[in-house]
Amino acid sequence: MIPLSWLLFFAAALFCIGLYGVLARKNAIAILMGIELMLNAVNVNLVAFWRYRTPEIMAGQVFAVIVFAVAAAEVAVGLALFISVYRRRKTIAADEIDMMKW
Amino acid sequence: MLIDWIIFFGLAVVAIASGIGLLLSKNAIYAALNLIANFTAVAIFYLILAAPFIALAQIAVYAGAIMVLFLFVIMLLGAERLGGTSTLRWQRPLAIVLGLILIVETVLVFINRSGAIAPIVEVTADFGSPAAIGESLFSTYLLPFEVISVLLLAAMIGAIVLTRRRDQKA
Repeated sequence: MIPLSWLLFFAAALFCIGLYGVLARKNAIAILMGIELMLNAVNVNLVAFWRYRTPEIMAGQVFAVIVFAVAAAEVAVGLALFISVYRRRKTIAADEIDMMKW
Repeated sequence: MLIDWIIFFGLAVVAIASGIGLLLSKNAIYAALNLIANFTAVAIFYLILAAPFIALAQIAVYAGAIMVLFLFVIMLLGAERLGGTSTLRWQRPLAIVLGLILIVETVLVFINRSGAIAPIVEVTADFGSPAAIGESLFSTYLLPFEVISVLLLAAMIGAIVLTRRRDQKA
């Protein structure tokens, strides 16, 4: 099988791509997509560690399931926020939503 | 095994390329489609790692439900256009620097890793089955499971409250 470090390296590369997406994008939806990519990379790590280190306990997979649920909840609330902001401001560009700036 | 490496690198290339496609696409719809390709490649990774339940949950929850929600909101708001002139001039260079720092650190750790990796435990074909996960989820991890269900309920109520129009008070 593939050594564990290659899988971790792959997950880290995905995480970096997601991080760049979060930091460089202006569109709030694109930022949320970057966060999804980062959560996904973390999940790859969790499942890889589970498979290579402690396959006899199910904790790794249970963690991954919980991350799925958290990601789903986060997307639902995040997109609802964007719809709400769009109704008031007619924009979802992250640098134009500056009501809390003074 | 050569076939393992071929599968690994094939999937890794697809996943990384679709991730970069997500960064480069000007249209939010294309970005979302790239992300779906990425999630599907990662789901096949889970199959290689003997986690079929996680793989199918990845397809159903991530590539299915979450991305449909993304596409729905993108089309609803007409927010296909990404990019445009940035008012934050330092944002893109800073993002490149921070992303590069992270990847350089990763490569350094990868090169300088210490200690041998423990031998891989071989598993049977039915290992990591949904039944085993369900059993674990409803016995050892019952409390986190219940907390997650409350979290999902809170998210559902939150989404409804946030998107309700002010003139629809009833």
